[in-house]
Amino acid sequence: MFRKIALTAVSVLALGAVSADAAGESAAIPDVDFAHEGPFGKFDQMQLQRGLQVYTEVCSACHGMKFVPIRTLSDAGGPMMPEDQIREYAKQWTITDRDTGEDREGTPADNFPVSGLENAPDLSLMAKARAGFSGPYGSGINQLFRGMGGAEYIHALLVGYEEPPECAADFESDGYYNKYFSVGAIPDTCKNEEGHSTIEGSWIAMAQPLYDDQVTYADGTPATIDQMSMDVSSFLMWAAEPKLMARKEAGFVSVVFLIILSTLLFLTNKRLWAGVKGKKTA
Amino acid sequence: MAGIPHDHYVPKSGGEKWLHKRLPIVGLIYDTLMLPTPKNLNWMWIWGIVLTFCLALQIITGIVLVMHYTPHVDFAFASVEHIMRNVNGGYFIRYLHQNGASLFFFAVYLHIFRSLYYGSYKAPREVTWIIGMLIYLAMMATAFMGYVLPWGQMSFWGATVITGLFGAIPGIGEPIQTWLLGGPAVDNATLNRFFSLHYLLPFVIAALVATHIWAFHTTGNNNPTGVEVRRGSKEEAERDTLPFWPYFVIKDLFALAVILAVFFAIVGFMPNYLGHPDNYIQANPLSTPAHIVPEWYFLPFYAILRAFTADVWVVIAADWLSFGIIDAKFFGVLAMFGAIAVMALAPWLDTSSVRSGRYRPMFKWWFALLCIDFVVLTWVGSQQTVFPYDWISLIASTYWFAYFLVILPLLGVIEKPALQPATIEADFNAHHGPNAQPAE
Repeated sequence: MFRKIALTAVSVLALGAVSADAAGESAAIPDVDFAHEGPFGKFDQMQLQRGLQVYTEVCSACHGMKFVPIRTLSDAGGPMMPEDQIREYAKQWTITDRDTGEDREGTPADNFPVSGLENAPDLSLMAKARAGFSGPYGSGINQLFRGMGGAEYIHALLVGYEEPPECAADFESDGYYNKYFSVGAIPDTCKNEEGHSTIEGSWIAMAQPLYDDQVTYADGTPATIDQMSMDVSSFLMWAAEPKLMARKEAGFVSVVFLIILSTLLFLTNKRLWAGVKGKKTA
Repeated sequence: MAGIPHDHYVPKSGGEKWLHKRLPIVGLIYDTLMLPTPKNLNWMWIWGIVLTFCLALQIITGIVLVMHYTPHVDFAFASVEHIMRNVNGGYFIRYLHQNGASLFFFAVYLHIFRSLYYGSYKAPREVTWIIGMLIYLAMMATAFMGYVLPWGQMSFWGATVITGLFGAIPGIGEPIQTWLLGGPAVDNATLNRFFSLHYLLPFVIAALVATHIWAFHTTGNNNPTGVEVRRGSKEEAERDTLPFWPYFVIKDLFALAVILAVFFAIVGFMPNYLGHPDNYIQANPLSTPAHIVPEWYFLPFYAILRAFTADVWVVIAADWLSFGIIDAKFFGVLAMFGAIAVMALAPWLDTSSVRSGRYRPMFKWWFALLCIDFVVLTWVGSQQTVFPYDWISLIASTYWFAYFLVILPLLGVIEKPALQPATIEADFNAHHGPNAQPAE
C-alpha cells in the first residue's frame, strides 16, 4: 500500500508532468435555468420532492448519499416534507447500526445509506464536486447569476446517452457512450495520430438510468427524461448544499448591513476630516 | 532615534496614578492610539487594518471550527460535512474561514506592493519589512496546512506535491520529507501534525504582527511622499501629522466596511468561487486528480517553481557547475524560495536615495511592469506547462528576479529623481488647498 502511494507520489512529483491528455473533450454542457440560481434564487420545493422520488426509485439502487441525514428532508430550504412522512420514508432504508453492527430499519436520525454498488460514487456532494465552480460557461462572475454548474453537469450527463459515433463501430466495451462524460474510455479508432480524442464524450460504466414515465409523479408532472433529470439534479444540488437558501439570506442581510455601515462611516469620515482639509483652490 | 514628539498619557485620578506606577498599560494603549500619523496617507495605507481584521476573523472562526472538526483520515472529511450540515451556522463559519484566507492574501499582496512602490522597506524601516516577510511566510505555511485539513482530493495531492519539494533537496531531502510527513507518504500522521501546526502558527503570526506594529511605531509610518515627519519640536511634528485616533481609525474602518461588503457578498452568494471542485471528493491515495492546482494565492510562486525546466540554459549550467547536485527539480525549489528571498532583500538591493516611487520617473515604469508580471505569474501558474505557457512563465519569472537583482540596484545609479516636496505639510496643502486649518 505505502509503496503504491509512494510510487504515485513520485510520478506526480515529476513537477509539471500533471496533465490530462488521457481525457477527451465533452460536448458543451447546456445551461439550465434552475430555480435556485442567482443571488435571490430559491429551491423549488415541489421540484426537490420530485427529485427525491427519482433518487429513491432510480438512483438509490446503486448510489448512496452517506453524508445527508434523512431528517434534513424536513428542514426549511429543502424538500420540507412533514415529519411523520419522513418517519415512514426512512423505514425503507436498511441501515447498518453503528453501535450494534447489525442491519435495521432506517430512522430520520440516520444518514442515507452508502452506495450499494462498489464503483458507484456517493451522490452527497456530486453537484459540488463536478463540472467546475464557475459554471459550464467558462469562468467569471457568471457563477453569481447562473449557479456553479454542478446541477447542469448532472442533468447533461443523464440526458447525454446517444448512439456511439461511427468511429467506434467495432468498439467492444462494458460501458455506454455519453457525449457529456469526458473522463471515460475512448477507442483508439476515435483518436488522432497524437492520441487525442476526435469525438465528444466517452464511455461511462453507468447504463442510461432514465426512461420516459419511469416514475409516476404525484403532482401529475409528465415524467419525461428531461423533466426527471432536471428534478434529480436540483435535488442533488440541495443534497450537496442544503443550507444554500439560508446562506444567501445571511449574505444578503450582511451586505445590506455593511452598505449602511459604510455609508455612516463615510459621512463620519468626511465630517471628521473637513476641519483638516482646506478648500482646494488649484 | 527618538520617536515623533507628541503628548503622552498623564494619569490624573488617584486610581489611574496607582495603576500607572505598577503597570503603565493605559499609557501604552494611549500612545498606540494617539500615534502621530502622517496626514497625507492615501487609501493604500488601509490594508494593515484589513489584515489585522483577517487575522482576528481566521482565529475566531477557526477556534469554532475546531470544536466540531476531527483530525483523522477516516473522519476529517465527514466532520467537515457535519459542520456544513448539522452545526448551527456552521456552513457560514466554514465559508467565512475558507474565503477569509483569500481576503487575507489579497490584502497582503496589496500591502506588500504598496511598500514596494512607496519605498516603505527602506531605512529606517528594514526591520518592519523583514518581520513582514516572516509574517507572509508564516501565512503561506498556515494556509497550506489549513487546506489539507478537509482531506479532499486537492488537500491530499497538494500536500503530496508541496512536501515533495523538500524531498528535492539533495542528500538530506528524503529524510526531511519523511520527517515532515511523519511517514513515507501523506497519511494520518501528516494530517495530525498539520492540524497541530495550523492551530499554532496563527498565534505566532499574531506575535509577529505585534512586533511589526511595534517596529513601525518606533520609526513612524512611511507616507506617499517618502519624506520624513519633521521631529525638531512637537509643534513642527503636529504640522505634518494627525493622531491615529480618530482620524485614521475612522478612515480605515470605512475602507474595511466597504471591503467586507464585497467579501460577504462572495461568502453569501458564491462561496466556492475561489475553491476547487475536486476538494469535495474525499482524499483517495490511489486516484490522482487530472490537474493538481494550488490555491490562487500560491500561483505566482508555483509558476516560478515550474518555470525552470531541465532545458533552460541556466538550469543546465547550474547542473554542470554543481556536478549534478542542483538538478532541474532542486533548481525550481531554489527559484521559488529565492523569489521571496530577493524580495526580502529589497532594502539592500535598492540603491536609490529617494524613497517614494512618486518621484522616480524611471522606477515607475519598471514597477508597473512588476505588477503586471505578478498578475501574469498568477495566471500562468494555473495553466499547464505546455507551449506557450512554459515560455511565458520563464520570461515572467526571469523578470521577477531581474527587477530585484538588476533593475533596483541600477536605477539608483542612473535615474535622475524628480523634485520632492520639502515637507509632508507642503504635500498635503498642495492636494487639499493652502487654507487648511490645523487640527483642533
